[in-house]
Amino acid sequence: MAISFNLNGSAVSVQSEPDTPLLWVIRDEIGLTGTKFGCGKAQCGSCTVHVNGSAVRACQTPVSSVSGKKVATVESLSADNSHPLQKAWIKHQVPQCGYCQSGQLMSAAALLAKNKNPNDSEIDAAMAGNLCRCGTYNRLRAAIKDAAAEMRRA
Amino acid sequence: MTTTRREFLKTSTSAAGVAVLGMYVPGFGGKEANAAGSLHTPNVWVHIADNNEITLISHMSEMGQGVHTSLPALIAEELNVDITKVKVATAAADPAYVNGLLGAQITGGSTAIRDAWEKLRIGGAQVRTMLVEAAANKWGVAASSLKAENGVVSGGGKSATYGELASAAASVPVPKEVKLKDPSQFNIVGKAIPRLDTPAKVNGTAEFGIDVKVPGMVYASVEMSPVIGGQAKSFDDSAVRGMPGIVGVYKINGGVGIVADSYWRAYKARKALKVDWDLGPGANLSTKGMWDGTKAAEKSVAPIKVRPDVGNANDALQGAAKVLKAEYYTQHMAHQPLEPMNMVAIVSGDKCELIGPTQFQQGAQGFAAAAIGLKPENVSVRTTYLGGGFGRRIVTDFVVQAAELSKASGRPVKVLWSREDDMKNDWYRPQSLNRMEGGLDASGKPVAIKHQISSQSITQVLFGLPKNTLDPFMVEAAVAPYDVPNTSHDLIIHDTGIRVGYLRAVSHTMNCFANESFMDELAHAAGKDPVKYRMELLSKEPRFANVLKIAADKAGWGKKLPAGRAMGVALMEGYGTYMAQIAEVSVSGGDIKVHKVTVACDCGRMVNPGIVRQQLESGIVYGLSHALYSDITVTNGRVDQNNFNDFRILRTNETPVMDITLVDSNEKPGGTGEPSTSLIAPAVANAVFTATGKRLRSMPFAKALKSA
Repeated sequence: MAISFNLNGSAVSVQSEPDTPLLWVIRDEIGLTGTKFGCGKAQCGSCTVHVNGSAVRACQTPVSSVSGKKVATVESLSADNSHPLQKAWIKHQVPQCGYCQSGQLMSAAALLAKNKNPNDSEIDAAMAGNLCRCGTYNRLRAAIKDAAAEMRRA
Repeated sequence: MTTTRREFLKTSTSAAGVAVLGMYVPGFGGKEANAAGSLHTPNVWVHIADNNEITLISHMSEMGQGVHTSLPALIAEELNVDITKVKVATAAADPAYVNGLLGAQITGGSTAIRDAWEKLRIGGAQVRTMLVEAAANKWGVAASSLKAENGVVSGGGKSATYGELASAAASVPVPKEVKLKDPSQFNIVGKAIPRLDTPAKVNGTAEFGIDVKVPGMVYASVEMSPVIGGQAKSFDDSAVRGMPGIVGVYKINGGVGIVADSYWRAYKARKALKVDWDLGPGANLSTKGMWDGTKAAEKSVAPIKVRPDVGNANDALQGAAKVLKAEYYTQHMAHQPLEPMNMVAIVSGDKCELIGPTQFQQGAQGFAAAAIGLKPENVSVRTTYLGGGFGRRIVTDFVVQAAELSKASGRPVKVLWSREDDMKNDWYRPQSLNRMEGGLDASGKPVAIKHQISSQSITQVLFGLPKNTLDPFMVEAAVAPYDVPNTSHDLIIHDTGIRVGYLRAVSHTMNCFANESFMDELAHAAGKDPVKYRMELLSKEPRFANVLKIAADKAGWGKKLPAGRAMGVALMEGYGTYMAQIAEVSVSGGDIKVHKVTVACDCGRMVNPGIVRQQLESGIVYGLSHALYSDITVTNGRVDQNNFNDFRILRTNETPVMDITLVDSNEKPGGTGEPSTSLIAPAVANAVFTATGKRLRSMPFAKALKSA
């Protein structure tokens, strides 16, 4: 039975079994591959997407649970890197291998949607579930502050 | 050291009969066709299309270390093109792209810049010269009257783009000698230009292996032996066959692969699969047993000299005013790049195409070919971005699985491992027991140091290095730079029975941990300041002395710190790079908090200081994770850890502030992808000693502190 939800502003209808994690529906059935698989157990944050505006781990979210909801992936930020977070990520040269960065960006975007001026401990709390094996943590913290400043000015 | 290593790998790989070297596959991974018109290849580094689209070839895989920016920078510098307007592609498996420092087409060993420094600049200059020659022939003028700048050859009122000249240039003989720019003329090299791969890595479009999709592709998940080295005797897939989307179930080397029309269906079906295992000889392995075996080997195995003894350490120890002994233990470690192992294989008739993340193109080609009975030249490799490598993707076990399952199912197959698969089936960094003995004279000066390393040889396991042979990847940074009149350095090679692999910084980590912790112990025994003590022993080592002084000054070594805080120092040369690190820590309630790390680094001339800085930061976080928390333990042949819940790595809030000074230098370039990884453990251990009086001699420290 088809499950319908809104993905990055468009209505989608998918055929995967209801228990299939949203991650695999987005990646393999729909074909949007920016959202990454890192651990499958909500331990690393690589698969972070927004469901109705909140950051969730898509690897532990059955597709049935997003029926009728709004899902947003890294592709929703912008294709031309014009989102303040993307600009800040480039300015601070955050990514190395880049594999975790979609999840990092989506956790950061969820934080900034609620808090336009996060301090270090608020950033740490929001980003603690996102691992980076290349160690880009200090740069992404600086980038979040820069992006927040731009969003406050906007 | 580099010459030794190169010669060494050349001979050892051929001696082992590893059939992976010296194969030829034309092109660069099957992506030549494009709408830009014909593609011209003046040499192996540069492809120019008629429409002036220029592709520079990186012979190294991009795994986060920035080679898709730093290597093209070397070509672009001499080719005189705008680096922001070129494309970059990873080379196919081809002898032309062999890493001259390793003797095989391997990305690793912090070799990229050191291998490429002259080679790629010459490559760029050759093509520039050929383009000018082509224009000179076309216009009937002297080449010396023309200049090549910004993708255009011009002179005498005429001009043509590189694209317009590429076809003719490709048939100009490759010049034997070319003149390279004087460094004072560099426009790209030496500048912190932004990475070319960043834009694609912030909007989800960067293509990693896991993202590859080809027509008709199916997905595989492999149930591997619970004990590494075991094999499936038989399996019962009756409960699997009725599940939706299953394509087939196949016995392969080391396990049973389930192939389905989606990854999730293949993975989920593993729970319904019953396998009867032959667990093999590893079924009784345990961490304690492996340490016991290493200690027994210390008594039974004849040591190999790391270098000829200097003076006579035993005699000097006899006459010493004070003698210290210490043992340092470095634990097994897993690489754990965030992108799990994966590969796409398309086997069709007598050909196979591999697409995915690898650090060893020729290995992927050769081992896949051998596994499915093809000629190596019929196996092509296209390398995607790697979601981290750290040495894990030098091994090709997951590549072979993809080839086997594509052949068995007759379909293009993407093999994808779970995190647990990756945790339990790694090629682990070996354990190491480093035994130190030192003697001080009455003034506290060291008169003798003995260092004995007992560990496992990765090069024996992966490349068939003959036994009882010095493995250079076990003795990196084994000899400390200090002026000590009597020293001995011995290596005991012991195979613990677990499989091992090269992990970022390899043996620098254990050897630097031992050397720099012990130097600290000697300083404290002598009642001397650890920085001053080291400095007094570095009068013949100006590059070491310089980075130590800079780091100490920048960190404010000796200044009054907030209550409970202390600093620790470490010093090392690795990959031609000289470095000092000073860690500022505090300890409360059994938790070690690293507040700040001050780094001074002299890596010679830099191609891209921005990337160098990234790499130093990265190595410190990677090394600090392993120093403090990460652990791999084995019980009954099974790795105990599963996922990031029980294999702990550093998080945002645990990451120290880093103050990095890059030393201006005209020395030849050193490698920077790995060395910073190794200094952080002794720097932290030395700081913890000053803060608490507790000496940490085994990693991970969080565990060691509980029993200290």
